[in-house]
Amino acid sequence: MSKFEFPPSIKSRPIYGTLEPRKGPAHLLIADAVGAEAIIEVATPEMMRTAHIIYIPKGTEFSEKLRALNPAQYYEGASYAASVSRIHKVLGDAKMGLQVYLAGTEGMMGQAQLEATNAGIPHSAIQLEHRGSVARRMQCVHCKGITEDVEVDPFVCSHCGLNLFVRDHYSRRIAAYQGVCIDAEDLGNVPPSKGIYE
Amino acid sequence: MSGAQKIAVTVTEIVPLNELVTRFKFEPTDGSLLPTFSGGAHTVVEMKDGAITRLNPYSLMSDPMDQTAYTISVRRDDVGRGGSLFMHKRVKVGDQMTISYPVNLFSLDLRAKKHLFLAGGIGITPFMAQIKQLERTNGRWELHYATRSVALGSYVDELTTKHPNETHIYYDDQEQRIDLKNLLDGQPLGTHVYVCGPKGMIDWVRKTATDEGWPREAIHYEEFLAPKSGKPFEVKLAISNKVIQVGEDESLLEAMEREGVDAPYLCRGGACGQCETDVIDYSGTFIHRDHWLEDADHKSGKKIMPCVSRFEGKTLVLDR
Repeated sequence: MSKFEFPPSIKSRPIYGTLEPRKGPAHLLIADAVGAEAIIEVATPEMMRTAHIIYIPKGTEFSEKLRALNPAQYYEGASYAASVSRIHKVLGDAKMGLQVYLAGTEGMMGQAQLEATNAGIPHSAIQLEHRGSVARRMQCVHCKGITEDVEVDPFVCSHCGLNLFVRDHYSRRIAAYQGVCIDAEDLGNVPPSKGIYE
Repeated sequence: MSGAQKIAVTVTEIVPLNELVTRFKFEPTDGSLLPTFSGGAHTVVEMKDGAITRLNPYSLMSDPMDQTAYTISVRRDDVGRGGSLFMHKRVKVGDQMTISYPVNLFSLDLRAKKHLFLAGGIGITPFMAQIKQLERTNGRWELHYATRSVALGSYVDELTTKHPNETHIYYDDQEQRIDLKNLLDGQPLGTHVYVCGPKGMIDWVRKTATDEGWPREAIHYEEFLAPKSGKPFEVKLAISNKVIQVGEDESLLEAMEREGVDAPYLCRGGACGQCETDVIDYSGTFIHRDHWLEDADHKSGKKIMPCVSRFEGKTLVLDR
């Protein structure tokens, strides 16, 4: 499952589009896992002449295809955490006109978007295309701890152990959805977990 | 009452800067303090010109934190509708006037890492206040100011003396031009560009920046349109139940105000959207001049911005 139709929700919930080539002196493309497919689709020879691709494979086999696009620079990171210093450096050196393309999971795109907005790009000028896992990066609103790759609702906070309800309420500043204690008033009354979109 | 809240002021200083531009200083008549504002804000000045009341917007150019006085600079337009001529010829020190609370349609985006200002002629005025604002907060800015000649270069001396490293002046009569493409190329990520000047300059900057891949959120512009004269026309106002005549030298908004209709407005220059009015019926042609409505709205025949747009034809019925 590479593409997923997210159900309509509240305004806070990010909406993803389809990457399109834009004019600019330089292009930064960041993808994880099957997000590579979106990069392959948007790439043009002209764009690749000034493109920097940062890719986090997560066990997928797109490296050869991405290298074959012949970007000016190509970097592969073992994880987002391993890649973030690279992303930070690229954005720090970048000039106006840089086009940013993000493709893959919500957690990766949210965090990379935060780096880009901190570097001065308006959030609405960054292109995002969701591909692959629909797992979410969640913040516990109680202990503020982040739990990555949450697929079920409710889930247990990996920091404080509270049972958390998965909300669509999203924070661009934290790059995470909000998780709220589901059994605060009736301790232990926790509905069985199911997939977030089931 | 439409528009922003009003302030009664006294004209305390009039300084001719050059052949075309004169600076006016307003202080509150009752001795109170004025509201602070943000750089880029304008005030709407009421001018009682015989039977006509003109309401013209002018950018505030004083220090936004100075609550004792506001200053504006007015460029004389000999072929305009008369507002600037009124300011230049009729207003005297000691006169009592009414101005509006500041309204800002051209504010700084304070998320910007750097502010790149491009001014043409009298378009320098909003930047005078924005520069003062940024100087207080250690903001990073750069000004490129094109003016016709040394003689007409309002505030060039002040800017080049106070900010020699940030200010770049271009004199048209010396064939000096802003090398825009080169200037935009290589600006650090997070730079926002602001342009205020003639329409041609604004279009040029917006297009060049867009072509260089600048996001539209980082391109800011302000162009006040003065309402243009045109053929007189008749309008039926459905809610007010009035039929009014719009004269050759007045705008539709001014005609409504003359007839005592309380029509909403803020900028009076086709930019803010406050005066947007629904059209109930028409037979004729709209002359749309605003920057607010989308092209589709202009073509639909369902909306008009009475501050700058006109109409030619037999019938026009508005929902006002």
